[in-house]
Amino acid sequence: MSVEQLTADPDLEASARTPLWKRLAGDPQAVITGAILTVIVLVGFLGPFFWTHDPNAADLNYANALPGDPNRPLGGDQNGRDILARLLASTQTSIIAGLIGVIVALLVGVTAGLVGGYLGSKTSAVTEWLFNLVMTFPGILLLILLMPVTGGDYRVTMVIYGVLLSPAIFRIVRGLVIATKGELFVDAARVSGLTDTRILARHILAVIRGPIIVASAFLVGTAIGVQAGLAFLGVGSSAVPSFGSMVSEGFTNLYLRPMQFLWPSITLGLITACLILFGNALRDALEGGQKNVGGRKSRRPASSARPLEPIPSEENALLVVRDLQIGYPASDGTVRPVVKGVNFTLNKGEILGLVGESGSGKSQTAFSILKLLPAEAVILGGSVWFDGINLLEASERDMQKIRGRRIGYIPQEPMSNLDPSYRVGAQLVKSVRATTGVDRKEAKARVMELLERVGIANPERVYRSYPFQISGGMAQRVLIAGAVASRPALLIADEPTTALDVTVQAEILDLLRDLQKDLDLAIILVTHNFGVVADICERIAVMKDGRIVETGEAVDVFDNPASAYTKSLLAAILDESTVRADRPAALAQKQE
Amino acid sequence: MNPLLQVNNLHVAYPSKKFFKPALEIIHGVSLDLAPGETLGIVGESGSGKTTIGRAVLGLAPVTKGSIEFEGKDISHAGKAERRKIARDLQVVFQDPYSSLNPAMAVGDILSEPLVTLGATRADARRRVRTLLDQVGLPHDAADRLPREFSGGQRQRVAIARALGPKPRLIVCDEPVSALDLSTQALVLELLLDIQRETGVAYLFISHDLAVVRHISHRVAVVYRGEIVETGPAEDVTLKPEHPYTQRLLLAAPIPHPVQQERRRAERLRLREQQREQHEQTAVGLSRA
Repeated sequence: MSVEQLTADPDLEASARTPLWKRLAGDPQAVITGAILTVIVLVGFLGPFFWTHDPNAADLNYANALPGDPNRPLGGDQNGRDILARLLASTQTSIIAGLIGVIVALLVGVTAGLVGGYLGSKTSAVTEWLFNLVMTFPGILLLILLMPVTGGDYRVTMVIYGVLLSPAIFRIVRGLVIATKGELFVDAARVSGLTDTRILARHILAVIRGPIIVASAFLVGTAIGVQAGLAFLGVGSSAVPSFGSMVSEGFTNLYLRPMQFLWPSITLGLITACLILFGNALRDALEGGQKNVGGRKSRRPASSARPLEPIPSEENALLVVRDLQIGYPASDGTVRPVVKGVNFTLNKGEILGLVGESGSGKSQTAFSILKLLPAEAVILGGSVWFDGINLLEASERDMQKIRGRRIGYIPQEPMSNLDPSYRVGAQLVKSVRATTGVDRKEAKARVMELLERVGIANPERVYRSYPFQISGGMAQRVLIAGAVASRPALLIADEPTTALDVTVQAEILDLLRDLQKDLDLAIILVTHNFGVVADICERIAVMKDGRIVETGEAVDVFDNPASAYTKSLLAAILDESTVRADRPAALAQKQE
Repeated sequence: MNPLLQVNNLHVAYPSKKFFKPALEIIHGVSLDLAPGETLGIVGESGSGKTTIGRAVLGLAPVTKGSIEFEGKDISHAGKAERRKIARDLQVVFQDPYSSLNPAMAVGDILSEPLVTLGATRADARRRVRTLLDQVGLPHDAADRLPREFSGGQRQRVAIARALGPKPRLIVCDEPVSALDLSTQALVLELLLDIQRETGVAYLFISHDLAVVRHISHRVAVVYRGEIVETGPAEDVTLKPEHPYTQRLLLAAPIPHPVQQERRRAERLRLREQQREQHEQTAVGLSRA
């Protein structure tokens, strides 16, 4: 039995193995805000053991005392209470309030979200209706009205507020559960005979916990803010020190002792700001929001210092690619090459197949010709000559004149390349007008002609259809019509038939072959399928690990592959001779 | 010999989400059977309903009519408890090795969880996981790693190991190699063949690719628009098909050689003309009648 090499991606491995706290430790924002929050919590809960002044003990000797007194280090308030002791006690109040609020919100929201998202549509509808109702309650007003019920205890108030917060969690959880329960691993768990509770706990909750944790960090901040706000309004027991009541008292004394107002405001502001920033850092760590590590400097094409390189002038050559190198920034700050020096020449009217397995760099090579690489891609060197200019150094304005006019493009997923909210005809007219500058009427005539040309039986109907009303094969015909509208010299087709059924694939390849003859198109066909290559390509370039390992006439490559890699690929093809010959074990035994 | 799986006149329909709209029937009366240790290939294009047949057998699609007998018992409307019992003998390998493994669980847990559910002790399950990893050609340290550390082919090996865990008698393989690269595809097919020869498990092998189905199946059924249009020994159906649709399917699949493919292309265009003429003739005949 063959064992594949365990060549796991080192980047992926790093992020998979490192526990959450370690990833957080690498993020300065998380470290700083986390440290500040820890210090505040510690000081709030341990401080009163060292600074034993009663936060509620009024002593008129210290009324509005200035900071610096040994008994009132931060001064006294208008009743002569110790501001330091009140700050410590208020911190405790805030944190307890925040935690009660978020724990209740999580208990209610997560449970209901799991049940509402996972179970049938009736349960789902009922829970959603209930939570929509809760969302319509005017939160703060309700808490004030319920004062007689809560008896002014801020903890009871926060339990109620937790329920009012729970729709936020419910909606997140329910959405995630609905998205996750369709995943195949949940189906696999059901086939394995796991109970619903176990599937929910092990397979769904474990996968969706990230967004819940992040939302919780924000909700703690909200709950603290609301508790302080209520205390500011004077709702709740005055015996419990709170930032809100401190701010409110400081407010009345603003002109006399501005510091009385400032102390609680600063602490409260610091706590909520840190919670929000820490929540953001948590999200980055949990949801893989990668920081930009590549740095702008490495984006500069290394080849720009070589303007003296002569333009390759091979006879009949349409496109000349020389030593093309493309890389992507890795998490350790280096740039990892994915295309490592690709060379090839494409003649006018020629069909070249760029073949390779996933990760071979074939699509990257094709996209670099259109200059449509992802933003983080780095061109490390080389040149792509088309019509006498180096596309890699061409400005975006020059590229707009080339892309869609001189070089057309056919994508792999036809549906995702059509805008679902516009009719097919309108989209084609727009692109025809953009590339040729004709008026609307002429553009429409042109589009109808093209739709007929690409083999659409009822062009008028397709012209008026929205993309979701046509089939995948039809959509690919539409995109081909758009790509050849401006009579380009070169067509780049990236796996144009991979998403299609074989019967449709055969028709699309027929169409491409016809168009190529009519328009004298050159085509670069990126594919992993040797059958497609055999059907349409005159020449083949086989790619592996970012390099072209073999190039030649199609027939030669199939009959006499030069490289060992091509040989191994061809050997892996299941051709018509590989029919299963052995009989089922049970039948074979019976015969013996 | 009694068949392991016998499907009779199966109909599957999904209830409509809108009021006053009839349910959408995907499968219109499919019958098939499968002997122990046998592979039945189910081939068809997207939307043909081939995947739905597999999901109905697994209890993941609503059966509206007909029966699915597994080991002599009708399981078409099995409840949760009954399904749990069947799970020991009936397993699945899905197409997409990326979404079929829980990204938050280590491979060892993915493999041992179903075993523990079926009543194995933790220690037994751990031992079995090691055997399973051996069986699918993965190193033992794979158990401590997360799915995302593996390539597509390796993940599919994990999915196969999970299916093999309870020593099932039937595995529904839903396009198990379609998402894999060519060379990986060949290795995974070889693995499935080896396992079948060793363990005598039967496969219901669903695929859109005639070449893959021909390679692994003893018998093949061709599904077109929710019905089986042709069924028979793999060699007959995939090389000398009788039904016009299967013929189209076969000739549309390109041969990986330029010269042979040119010949096949000509053959396909000829067949297309021929079928069009026949179609027109029957249309004319019907209008006359």
